[in-house]
This record gives sequence, structure tokens and C-alpha cells, in this order.
Amino acid sequence: MQFEFNIEGMNFTRAGEAAAKIKKALQLVGMEVETVRKALIVAYEAELNIVIHAYHGKLTAEVNSDRVEIKAEDKGPGIPDINLAMKEGYSTAPPNIREMGFGAGMGLPNIERCSDKLEITSEVNQGTQLLATIYNRTSGEK
Amino acid sequence: MQQYFHSVKLDENKCKGCTNCIKRCPTEAIRVRDGRALIIEERCIDCGECIRICPNQAKLAITDSLERLKNYKYTIALPAPSLYAQFEPKTNPEEILGALLTLGFNDIYEVAVGAEAVSMALNNYLQQDHPKPLISSACPAVVRLMQVRFPGLLKHIVSIETPMEISARLAREKAIQQYGLKDEEIGVFFITPCPAKVTAIKQPFGEKSYVNGAISMSTIYGELLHRLNSPDTRPVESLSGACGVGWGKAGGENHAIWCNSHLAVDGIHSVINVLEEIERGRLNDIDYLEAQACTGGCIGGPLVPQNLFVARVRMEKLVKKLSSQKTKPLQLPKDPDYFRLTKPILPRPTLKLSEDIDQAISMLEEVERITEDLPGLDCGSCGSPSCRALAEDIVRGHAETAFCIFKLRERLQLLAQEMVNLSLKQPPAMGRAREVEIKEGDTR
Repeated sequence: MQFEFNIEGMNFTRAGEAAAKIKKALQLVGMEVETVRKALIVAYEAELNIVIHAYHGKLTAEVNSDRVEIKAEDKGPGIPDINLAMKEGYSTAPPNIREMGFGAGMGLPNIERCSDKLEITSEVNQGTQLLATIYNRTSGEK
Repeated sequence: MQQYFHSVKLDENKCKGCTNCIKRCPTEAIRVRDGRALIIEERCIDCGECIRICPNQAKLAITDSLERLKNYKYTIALPAPSLYAQFEPKTNPEEILGALLTLGFNDIYEVAVGAEAVSMALNNYLQQDHPKPLISSACPAVVRLMQVRFPGLLKHIVSIETPMEISARLAREKAIQQYGLKDEEIGVFFITPCPAKVTAIKQPFGEKSYVNGAISMSTIYGELLHRLNSPDTRPVESLSGACGVGWGKAGGENHAIWCNSHLAVDGIHSVINVLEEIERGRLNDIDYLEAQACTGGCIGGPLVPQNLFVARVRMEKLVKKLSSQKTKPLQLPKDPDYFRLTKPILPRPTLKLSEDIDQAISMLEEVERITEDLPGLDCGSCGSPSCRALAEDIVRGHAETAFCIFKLRERLQLLAQEMVNLSLKQPPAMGRAREVEIKEGDTR
């Protein structure tokens, strides 16, 4: 099943709502605790990236019993150097965003850490697409 | 799921089915069915929010009566630090303890002393490597909230017993040592500000609880006031220092421990907001989180007699007074293992729609579809806390669409329309009027 959310750039008051709804859905489905945790972080960071950097975008979560796929597509400035953007602490967020406690350059590294598979494509002045897959692995304790 | 003890119960005779409680419950654990509130046992965290909100006093906390003291040879009262804040500033802890003793206890052990010991243990624990931020284990309602709604954060909870448990253990050991009593001869009773502590005694997070029962602060308050004025009441030495007593209010626990950065949050809905933030991977610049379900901390508990804000001023005054006094020497255990929780805190996944994940996914699709179709007013008339919750209840088979008064009206309208349509149909014997109609149509 699929969830879709429209995300507005610079709307910080609603940032995180999509991620929260995805989390609730995954809990209702009965996904493993770790899967929910990872998917929530990926969704939240991806959502915030759109809010901080893009004009507007779409966040999609595809829920299957064995995996969660989170897709973020935006219209925005795009990423000129993806490798650089993946580095911890590297950020192009302006000072006013950093003052709010966002844009510390941890978004993409966090997404990478929490996903099992990650594809990012971007075109400067067009936008960015991100597809993260998180496998629903049964935790060892059970 | 195993049978679960709950301190929070419903008085069916008083409940009017008003839906105030269903809207306030942080885990959506209450529904109104047949005109009465119904608590979904496995979701309830005994925070007492519903006790606070109920306009009919239909929610109550099951606590112990003083009668139970008779079952033990030797009884010890464990007053929570918040008890001191329930009395006027001129009444000092020594007098309060003295009054408490006259209720029939053989001894007193202040939970503030246990809190001091736990503070030291926490300082020790914080120096080791742990996920950040560490979350306090002191408020049982918060811990249970995390089991139900934030299972991914359970590893952040400090694996340390609560001041209540540590005090009970110290009190027991003291009694055994002093009087050579057997463990089962000793009855330890916590003087509680909240129902969550009662549940924590019956269903401890560790292997076992050292506490035998809990007596509600508000039920013995009147008697305590009475005893305070009695000439037979003699003061009992208080050993509490400022650091331990401070645990009774929000922020006090943080005040008692040393770390680079800490955050204190109180009030269950604010706690949820902060936990959500941590869950998203934020706030890892914070070392320690003190989270309390009640606004104001324990002095704001559902079972305290005094107004929270009045109690807060009194608490602050007392802490200030105690911190200016010389601290009394306390014999407290230093061994870290003494304070350790003996069991891991496990998730209580009560939200899932089905045990079978594929079935749960198709049920979730159904939930989405029904939610879309509902008015979205979240009025609560259906007995569920929101339209979304009603959709979940319908899919789980616990409710039906007609519970929604708007959907019911829609159906009634259709039905009424149908009746009007039927009434317009004429029997053939009265067909003339119809002929006229048709003719008129032809001339147009």
C-alpha cells in the first residue's frame, strides 16, 4: 500500500507531519521496531530536506510486508555534487535555517545510515529524487 | 496478551459516557460503548489523565487502605517527596513524618533519601557510554507510554531502579538488620501521588517490587492534617536533603545529577512531543532527559490533594531551606549493581491491526479508505477519540460506520429521499393525473 504527501518548501510548522503519519501506519501494520525507527528517520530527514532546500515536493511511502520504500521528489535547486552532500556536516543550508537547529549537514548521512538501499539522482536547477529502501528484518530476539 | 493489572478503573454508576476522557487519553485507550467509558486494558498506561479530566469523578485509582497494615508484623511508610509540598510552609517535614507515623506505621523511610542514592547511581551511570539522550526511568507512566508508543526508544531508558524501589529495599534491609525480622513480616507502603506507581508495584519493571502496597496521598490527607494538630504527635527526624526532596517536582531530578546538558519535560502531551523528536534522531546533543507524565512532576499527580502551583512554591521554599542546611550523613550503598534494573524493558506492541503482516496491510488500506469517507470533525460522538480511530475500530470489528452520526444522517437522508420517491409513484387506478402530465410534456 502507498502513502503520498505533498510537502511545501520553508513550511517548518508542518514539517514532520508526513513522517509521523508514516510511523503510525507502520506501527499499525506491525513492522519490526527497528524497521519503524529507520523508516521514520529516513522519512523525516527526506521531508525536512524538501522543506529546507526545495520549493515543493512529494514524499511517498510504499509499504510491503518485507520492506518500506520511501521516495522523495522535489522541484528545487538540485544537488551539484552528491558525493559532497553525503558527507557528514556538509550543508548548504543558510544561516537562518541553522539557527533554527536544522541544516546541520546530517540529513543525507542519516538517511544513508538508516537505509538498506539508497539511490539519489539530481539535476541542478530542476530538482532531486531520492529512493530509500528499508527491509523489514525480524529482530534477533524473537 | 497476559492479564494486566491496572490501577485506573471506572465507576460505572458515575460514568455518563460524556467522551471527555477519550479525547484526553495519550494512548487512545478509552472508548465509549453503551453509554459508558471502556478502558482498553492493554493500551492503558495508568497515567491518570482521565481521572483528572472526568467531570463526574467516574475514574478512580485502586489504592490500598490503611487496613492492610494489619497483615504485617512490621510496617514502614514510604512518603514520596511530593508529600512535603502538600502542607503549609510552617509545617516542616519532621512534623509531617511524625503525623504519618501515628497512622499506624512502625517506621518511616523517606523516598527522598532513596532519590539521593539514585542520583549518585545516575551520575555514575551517565559516565559510561550509552545512546543519547538517556531517558529517566523514574516516572512509570512515561516508561509505559514508551512501551506502547515509542518501543524504538526503550534502549534509551536508564537501567536503574526508581527512588521508590530503592527506598523500599533500603527500608527493608534496615528493618531486617535492626530487628531480625523476616522479609515477609515487613509491609512497605508507598504514600503515592499517582496511580502509575501503584501499577509499578503490582507489575514491577524489575524482577520484583520491594513495596507491598500504595496508599493514596489524597485519601490520608485529611487524617494527616488532623494528626498534625494533635498533641500526641511527636516529630520524627527527617534525613532528606535538598537534592532528594527536589525529585518531587519537575526539574528536580536534573538538578540532582551532573551532566553537560539535560532537558526536563513534564505533562504527558509535552513528553510525547519530545519523545517524537528523539525518535526522529534529534536531541542527541542532550545527555539526559527527565520526563514526567504529570504537569509539574509528582506534585501535580492525580492523587495529590493540593493545587499544583501552590505545592510548587512550597516545594521550592523547602528545597531552598534544606540546601542552606548542613547535609546529614547518610549510609547509602555505592555498588552500581544495587541500583540496576534486573530485567530489560520490553515493547508492548498494542497498536498492530493483525498478527499477520499482509493482512494488516490490507486492513490499513481499509482504514485509509474509511477515514477518507468520514467527516473528519473528530467530534467523539461515535465513542472513538477521532474519525481516524473510529476507522481503525471499524476495521478491527469493534465499531460500525453507523456509529458516526453524520454517516447515519446521510443514510437517513437517502432513506427519506427513497420514501418520497416511492410516495410519488401512483397506482394504475389513479393513472389519470399522470396522463395529464404527459400531455403537458408533449405540448412543450
